[in-house]
Amino acid sequence: MSRRNLQIDNNGKLRHFLCISGLNRQLITEILDTAESFAGVTEQTVKKVPLLRGKTIVNLFFEASTRTRTTFELAAKRLSADVLNINITQSSTVKGETLLDTLRNLEAMHVDMFVVRHADSGAAHFIAANISPHISVINAGDGRHSHPTQAMLDMFTIRRAKGPDFGALRVAIVGDILHSRVARSQIHALNLLNTGEVRIVAPKTLIPAHAESLGAQIHHDLRTGIKDADVIIILRLQRERMQGALLPSEHEYFELFGLTEEKLVHASPDVTVMHPGPINRGVEMDSDVADGPRSVILEQVTHGIAVRMAVMSMAMSHSNTE
Amino acid sequence: MALPCAWLSCRWPCHTAIQNSPMPVTDTATRIRISNGRVIDPATHTDAILDVYIADGKVIALGDAPQGFNADLEIDASHRVVCPGLIDICARLREPGQEQKATIATESLAAASAGITTLCCPPDTNPVIDTPAVTEFIRLRAEAAGNARIVTLGALTRSLGGEQLSEMAALQKAGCVGVSNALKPVLNPLILRRALEYAATFDLTVFLYPNDHWLANNGCAHEGRVATRLGLPGIPEAAETAAVAHDLALIEQTGVRAHFCRLTTGRAARMVARAQYDGIPVTADVAIPYLYLSEVDISDFDSQCHLIPPLRTVEDRQQLRDALQQGTLSAICSDHQPHEPDAKLGPFPATEPGISGLDTLLPLGLRLAEEHSIELADLIHRLTAGPARILGLPFGTLSIDATADVCIFDPTASWQLDNNTLRSNGHNTPFLGWEMKGRVTHTLLAGKLVYTLN
Amino acid sequence: MNDPVNISDILADMTAQLAEEISRNSNSHPAMVGIHTGGVWIAEHLHRQLDIDEPLGSLDISFYRDDFTRIGMNPVVKPSQLPFSIDDRHIILVDDVLHTGRTIRAALNELFDYGRPASIILATLIERGGRELPIQANVVGRHIDLNPGEHIKLSGPDPLALEVQKTA
Repeated sequence: MSRRNLQIDNNGKLRHFLCISGLNRQLITEILDTAESFAGVTEQTVKKVPLLRGKTIVNLFFEASTRTRTTFELAAKRLSADVLNINITQSSTVKGETLLDTLRNLEAMHVDMFVVRHADSGAAHFIAANISPHISVINAGDGRHSHPTQAMLDMFTIRRAKGPDFGALRVAIVGDILHSRVARSQIHALNLLNTGEVRIVAPKTLIPAHAESLGAQIHHDLRTGIKDADVIIILRLQRERMQGALLPSEHEYFELFGLTEEKLVHASPDVTVMHPGPINRGVEMDSDVADGPRSVILEQVTHGIAVRMAVMSMAMSHSNTE
Repeated sequence: MALPCAWLSCRWPCHTAIQNSPMPVTDTATRIRISNGRVIDPATHTDAILDVYIADGKVIALGDAPQGFNADLEIDASHRVVCPGLIDICARLREPGQEQKATIATESLAAASAGITTLCCPPDTNPVIDTPAVTEFIRLRAEAAGNARIVTLGALTRSLGGEQLSEMAALQKAGCVGVSNALKPVLNPLILRRALEYAATFDLTVFLYPNDHWLANNGCAHEGRVATRLGLPGIPEAAETAAVAHDLALIEQTGVRAHFCRLTTGRAARMVARAQYDGIPVTADVAIPYLYLSEVDISDFDSQCHLIPPLRTVEDRQQLRDALQQGTLSAICSDHQPHEPDAKLGPFPATEPGISGLDTLLPLGLRLAEEHSIELADLIHRLTAGPARILGLPFGTLSIDATADVCIFDPTASWQLDNNTLRSNGHNTPFLGWEMKGRVTHTLLAGKLVYTLN
Repeated sequence: MNDPVNISDILADMTAQLAEEISRNSNSHPAMVGIHTGGVWIAEHLHRQLDIDEPLGSLDISFYRDDFTRIGMNPVVKPSQLPFSIDDRHIILVDDVLHTGRTIRAALNELFDYGRPASIILATLIERGGRELPIQANVVGRHIDLNPGEHIKLSGPDPLALEVQKTA
């Protein structure tokens, strides 16, 4: 029952990147600043730096994801690291190898970092707590718990769009909060950056118990939820939610919570619209908004590479000072 | 101390199978005197420094020596407490079916070192206890080990499948002290009703685990602040309270005698208290971890605190302590679930739930008494007479002619729970490293010394 | 250091030396690259004085350092700016203090990631002893001998000043 912050070493430096909670504002800001310098690199003709040359980074994905995996792979390669992609499908786990055995086998190949995505909340923590001390773990999404690099690239995007003073901002997160690791990480990050107002907007079935304890105001109506908002973050709605009796239909969801130009008039005139992707057009938002001038959805993707480069270098520079 | 109503008396003659079965004792002629101990026997309202005299496996006198008594064995219990051997309403011994985790031999030995003389094993073994053969197997194994008495609950439905009734009469005849569907749901209320009625035919107590399968929705933690923050699928309070309400209605309808296993919410405890007040024949127990831990303890994804039913809020924990003190909950059990290390090594939702609890049942209970959450005598009642009544067993007392199951412990002895002092095969407990106060020095099972502290 | 240092004098010396180098290869059309931060300040001055056509390039070698894994990430990194092609160019690389030679090694590696220069000459304001790699400057403003535990640092950009510090 001891509390141990796995993520930070004795010098306050990033060691593993598992979740936003447990970090401090200074570290978050350092990540954003470091990402800025890497963004500069990725915008150049020479996009590679030799920072992590000779290091091996393993993408350990227990949950399929082409999008996130490729951005991590690209980020690692731009740092000149060697990348190993391991997709552990359902059939492999059926063969009975425990997670710990998989890790030990990979450790034996002398790797330096794991980027992990797993369907169980707490998986990244478990891995970080049970591997050799010289290996760093980056959480690429664990169950419903945390997706910290996504939250960081979202904060990076907001900072670029609105400036460094989050205290002046009203941010609304719309969608399936209950099942969303992205939302949980975003709410923590926004609060760490002292955001003026953090709101979540969803029907009751998609809001977790005691959600206000996460540090957000709860809204069940889109128009009031996005009133005067400076940033609106739209979350992905999975098709399965209809089967689980959480929502009656995509049609009704779009009617009530789908973002359209007409509903956007309630927000601030220069509102920024974000989405972690991939978008379900006509469900979460219509094409006018997705492709419109307020949307920074594609920039989010670009920023994702710089942010992941930042997190990987910061965590890697720790592991060799031990 | 407030106890449930008088309907619980006079059940003991029903379990003749237990009384007449051969006791695991080799030398029934051993005469034992336990002297100078503080005898606390809640069943007879005894709390005094008394000598205890044992012969032929029974308590034959308290206080003054019987005429011509010559002790073969003298036990000096100065500064110790002498109480009835503890009765643990729920302990999983993992045999048959999961011997890689533990066996009847290992766990009964651990029980003896923890002052526990009777263990009740739920029917979810593999194979399930839905035939007399499995009950027999367990009994024989227990006798061969000779460390503790093991009684069993038979399955309420065949294979615990919730569809067909089990042969409850045969199970009762083979020695089962009650029936239960353990953690498996009986989804069809009509079938549950019929099962309760059938059990009532034979005056069998039904041991119910109040959990609405659909509301629980495969959750692994209490649906509250911590699960929300950690993104763990939650089991709402309503999964327990809805089931208690539903089960109480059927208990009233059928007139069966029922026991609720391992209540975790204050609300459910209050519902049971109200039902008891209204004269419904229902008892309830709590497992000791729920009196110490809460949802806060899983904050670091600590799989040692992964329990089913889940640890609830801090408020629930306090309300359970209150209900225990008031007698609504008339027994504390260990809910012992020993595991091999791999079972707890994984991301939280992928780990197996359960704590290895035999070793900590008494010391954690004593800590409750020391924290003034309950009087010492009442605590011992919840570990002896209370469970005895629930199980319908003639044990849990040191009255004259009672079977000499005795627990002697030093209430001031300080020791640390670690991998050496933990006797169970399962080392899965979040209490490792805790300072424990209160240590068993001797355990007697039907007059035979089965444990001595070195 | 025994006598007060006049940076303008040193810069004038360097300008003169570089002018001579450039006139020796009249077809070279060199481009100049300064190394952040002090090297850029020096390069700005030299670039102006020498009237070089090509805009000034700047290099931040943070990502090429060999001690990254020991000292960790410095979050404030200005991106390198090379507003011209490196291939087949004659480059004048400018730094403020040449000490161990590791900074120059990193700068060379970075330049070669951008392309294949025809030649590189190194101009440094101050050269001191303590080389750990076989690297020498073509143009040196001043040679300084320091005592053990001493460090020389350039501050700027305006005014430019040199200071000897004791390392803790």
